[in-house]
Amino acid sequence: MHTVPQTEKPLVTQKDASSAARFTHSVWAIVWKDLAAELRSRELLSSMLVFALLVILVFNFALELDAQARATITGGVLWVTFAFAGTLGLNRSMAVEKDRGCLDGLLLAPVDRSAIYFGKAAGNLIFMLIVEAIVLPVYSVLYNVNLFIPGLLAVILLGSVGYVAVGTLLSSMAVQTRTRDVLLPILLFPLVIPVLIAAVKASTGYLQGMLYADIQPWINLLIVYDVIFIAVAFMVFDYIVEE
Amino acid sequence: MESRPRALTILDIATILLFIIAVGLVFFYAPMEAVMGQVQRVFYFHVANAWVGMLGFLVAAIAGVAFLRTSNRKWDIVGLAAIEISFVFFFIAIASGSIWARGSWGTWWTWDPRLTTSAIVELVYAAYFMLRQGIEDPDRRARFGAVYAVLSFISVPITFISIRIFRTIHPVILGIGSAGAEGSFDMTPKMLLTFMFSLLTFSFVFADLLWHRIRLGSLADQAENLKMKVLE
Repeated sequence: MHTVPQTEKPLVTQKDASSAARFTHSVWAIVWKDLAAELRSRELLSSMLVFALLVILVFNFALELDAQARATITGGVLWVTFAFAGTLGLNRSMAVEKDRGCLDGLLLAPVDRSAIYFGKAAGNLIFMLIVEAIVLPVYSVLYNVNLFIPGLLAVILLGSVGYVAVGTLLSSMAVQTRTRDVLLPILLFPLVIPVLIAAVKASTGYLQGMLYADIQPWINLLIVYDVIFIAVAFMVFDYIVEE
Repeated sequence: MESRPRALTILDIATILLFIIAVGLVFFYAPMEAVMGQVQRVFYFHVANAWVGMLGFLVAAIAGVAFLRTSNRKWDIVGLAAIEISFVFFFIAIASGSIWARGSWGTWWTWDPRLTTSAIVELVYAAYFMLRQGIEDPDRRARFGAVYAVLSFISVPITFISIRIFRTIHPVILGIGSAGAEGSFDMTPKMLLTFMFSLLTFSFVFADLLWHRIRLGSLADQAENLKMKVLE
C-alpha cells in the first residue's frame, strides 16, 4: 500500500482543464445527481407518468377521441399532456432541492451559477423526454396512430427544450415564494404560449402529412424561442438564486 | 416627509385640462363615422388606453433591467407602478374594444391576434402581481418582479408573432369576412387630430399617474422603514 497524496492528481487536472471543460463537468455532476436520486426514489418520473396517462384518459372521455377527431387534435392532446406533466416535474425537481436544503449546498459549491441552471434544466429535460418516450408509444397503441415520424420527434424535442428552459427558471423562482406549487403554472403558461402554439401546429402538420414548407415557420419559431430564452435564462438566473 | 412637488401639481392640472379637451374633441369635434356611427368614437380612447398599457409594459421592462443592474429600490417602485397602472388601462382597452367590436363586428370577442395577445398580456400582468404577493422579503420580491417583467416583455411579441402566423395559415371564417369589413376606415384630418390628441392626453395621464404612484411607493417604503425602527 503506497500513500500517494490524494489531492495532487485532481488538482493538477483541474488546473489544466479549460474553463469550458470544467463548466461541462459541473453541469454533468448536477445532472448525474438528479438522475441518481431519481433512480433510487422514482417519485418524480412515476408521478409525471401516471399523471400524463390520466390526462390522456380524461381527454378520451372529454373529447371523444374517435378516428375523425384524432386526425386533427392529436397534436393538441399530446402537448397539453406534456405541458401538465411537465409542470408537475418542474415543481417537484425544484421543491426537492429547496426542502432538503440542497439548493443552499449547490449555491455554496465553487461553480458558476449558470452551471446550476443548465444542470437542473438538462435534468428536467431528460425527465420530460423519458415521459414523452413512454407516452408516445402508449398513445400510438391506444389510438392506433403512428407517432414515430422523425419530424414529429424533432418538434417534440424542440418544444420540450423551450418549455424546460423557461420552466426551470420560473420554477426556481416559484419555490422561493409562499404559494409555490400553485404559482408555477400561472407564471409559466402565459410565457410558453408561443412554444405551445408552434409545437401543436407543427405536430399536427406532421401528423397530417403536410409539406415541410408549411411546417417550417413553426419550426423556425420554436428554434428562435429556444435560443432567446436559453440566453435570457442564462443571463438572469444569477439574480434568482442570489441571497 | 417631503411635500408634494410643485411640478406634479402643474402636471395634474395640465392632465385634467387635456383630458377635458380630449373628451370634447371626441364628442363634438370629430365627425361621425359614416358606416359605424357613434360607436366609432370609442376608438380614440381605446387605442390611447392600449398605448398606455404597452407603454407601462415597456417602462416596467426597462425598470426591471435597471433594477437588476443597480439594485436600487427606486427602480422596483417604478416597475410596480408602471405595471399597476397599465393593468388597469389595458383592461379598459379590452373592455372598450369589446364594446366597439359588438357594434361593428357584431361580436364581443374574436380570437384575432391582437385580441388574443392583449388577453395574454393581462394574464401576464396578473401573474406578476401574484408572484409579488407570494414573497415577503422585499429585496427578493423586487428581484423576481424585475426578472418576470423582463421575461414577459420578451415573450409577448413572440406570442403576437406566433398567433399572427397561426391566423395567416388558418384564416378565421367569421361573420366579418374580409379585411375591409373588420371595421377599418380612413381617418379624416379632424379624426386624425382627435386621435393624436387622445394619444397625447393619455401619455400625460400615464406620466401623471406614474409619478403619483412612484411617490406613493416611496412614501410606503419610508413608512415601512419607520415602522421597523419603532419595533426595534
